[in-house]
Amino acid sequence: MPDQSREAIVRVRGLVNQFGTEIVHNGLDLDVIRGEVLGLVGASGSGKSVLLRTIVGLNRPVAGRVEVFGRDILAMTDTDQREIEKRWGVLFQNGALFSSLTVAQNIEVPLKEYYAMPLRLMDEIAAFKISIVGLPEGTGEKYPSQLSGGMRKRSGLARALALDPEIVFLDEPTAGLDPIAAGDFDTLIRDLRSSLGLTVFMVTHDLDTLFSICDRVAVLVDRKVRVGTLEQLLQDDHPWIRSYFHGPRGRAVLLSATEPLARPEIQVTAPV
Amino acid sequence: MAAATTTLVASEESGSLVLAATGEWLVATAADLDRRLSGIEVPKGRRVLLDLTGIDRLDTAGAWLLLRTEHDLTARGNIVEMRNLRASFEPLIDQVRTAGFVPPARHPRPAHHTIAGFIARIGEISVGLIARAYSILGFFGVVCATAVRLARQPHRLNVTAIVAQMEQTGVNALPIVALLTFLIGVVIAYQGADYLRFYGLESYTVQLTGASILRELGVLLTAIILAGRSGSAFTAQIGTMQVNEEIDAMRTIGLDPVEVLVLPRLFGLVLTLPMLTLCANFMGIFGGGLMAWSQLGIGIPQFLNQLSTIAPWSFWIGMIKSPFFAVVIALIGCYEGFQVAGSAESVGRLTTLSVVEAIFLVIVTDAVFSIFFSSLRI
Repeated sequence: MPDQSREAIVRVRGLVNQFGTEIVHNGLDLDVIRGEVLGLVGASGSGKSVLLRTIVGLNRPVAGRVEVFGRDILAMTDTDQREIEKRWGVLFQNGALFSSLTVAQNIEVPLKEYYAMPLRLMDEIAAFKISIVGLPEGTGEKYPSQLSGGMRKRSGLARALALDPEIVFLDEPTAGLDPIAAGDFDTLIRDLRSSLGLTVFMVTHDLDTLFSICDRVAVLVDRKVRVGTLEQLLQDDHPWIRSYFHGPRGRAVLLSATEPLARPEIQVTAPV
Repeated sequence: MAAATTTLVASEESGSLVLAATGEWLVATAADLDRRLSGIEVPKGRRVLLDLTGIDRLDTAGAWLLLRTEHDLTARGNIVEMRNLRASFEPLIDQVRTAGFVPPARHPRPAHHTIAGFIARIGEISVGLIARAYSILGFFGVVCATAVRLARQPHRLNVTAIVAQMEQTGVNALPIVALLTFLIGVVIAYQGADYLRFYGLESYTVQLTGASILRELGVLLTAIILAGRSGSAFTAQIGTMQVNEEIDAMRTIGLDPVEVLVLPRLFGLVLTLPMLTLCANFMGIFGGGLMAWSQLGIGIPQFLNQLSTIAPWSFWIGMIKSPFFAVVIALIGCYEGFQVAGSAESVGRLTTLSVVEAIFLVIVTDAVFSIFFSSLRI
């Protein structure tokens, strides 16, 4: 467990988000610790995506403080913002690939933006990223409209990983994937985390993903989050959390996972 | 800081070449390292030691560079050995190694940059145009068949939808149509009077303005404005529904998209375009009259008198053309909407195409009418 260094990459304090008269978050606090995989769950419409968008600076909250890498996201110069954007990667729900570019060109966009690199090297790096996210050879030449949903997500992840970020934000990475592809995606995230020391913040509904790769889980209830390890949350007696984990689906996953929570030994080997 | 120490040093050691990598092997330094790596000359068959003791930080780009070097040299017949890799980097190297070596994707290069490609492209476009004309004709057939079927069951006709379309394409377009034709009337009368005065014929300004507006400009301008305003809206609306799978949903429920989407638009436009043309004619002549009065001092009775010398056929020719233009605009707008496939990007592309095509076909239709009427000598 990443307890050896409790450095919080993301620190959210007293966050308030409101749309019209509807209060989505009210005094929400959350930390994402370096090296962990944090899963964010909550009912539909409870503001999971809004929280993610707020952290990456796409949504300006009514009140509160959001720090990423120790810097206040809400009060930042453009140069600082660019420095931070180099260090994170974001995967949107449907991949959000640029539709006029091929997959390889999509991956090269951040490389081109931040580093003066010879074209050949950029092509090689793009090809390698395509292969590391498990896409078949030749995907790089295709356009997003030629890809299936799962391939689009993988391509989006490849683009999010283009700059070797320290943290990636994933918005429902396994939603809409078949169970095999979803399982592959989990394995991929786990491998990347152990080899790159990646920190992962993911919004997910997938109980399998939660049980197999998340170190901690944050549950959005009552406009705040309750954070804990799965074992802790299983003991929680908040009605929504109980019905989430102890409902028929939760029980099924729980049963198959009770053999010492099929979580592999995770060694945080962040590039020192 | 450390970027200065990020290097690759080649040295000799007991018969093998040692490449000592130090510093930060990251995506930020990759371009520089790539240059250094390609600068190192390794004789064929030489034993190479990659000494990784000095690497402080490593990410996938750096790992990729190391493995690429190993891979390339091995492929050339060199024996390569990596040594002193820090244990903490091993999982990364392993993962990069499993990802393997994939040839980089080719960038799409437009084929028409060669002469053969250029000629092929002309052919491609020509064949595409023919196929397109064929397909539009087919769509026209489907729309006609649906309209005939509907004529047998008139109760299925959705009057509300037609009226709604008439409001959107007609009433809402009225101000812009009126203003533009008024201005055109002013311009023609003003410019025409100038030229006619040269020949001493300025008293014919009214006839010139009236005939050109009634016969051609009123209806043509209205049609072009509607092609830009409503034809594009048809494509965008139907195209967006296509992307959202709404049209597929309609089909599964048993609704006919042509009946539900195309016919109200078509009928709406066929009814509104003549009315708008009427209004355009009036505004154009009004603008011309205003100019004749202020520039040439032609009063209302004289103006009306001169106007009445224009053959009434000029007015009817304009009015006869207008429903045909309406069919062309509605048909193209809806057809291109149904052509949308895949992404939202194609909605934009086809909307542009629909406007260009509709204006083009309106003018072609106008030319055909011109020939037709002149052969009838009217």
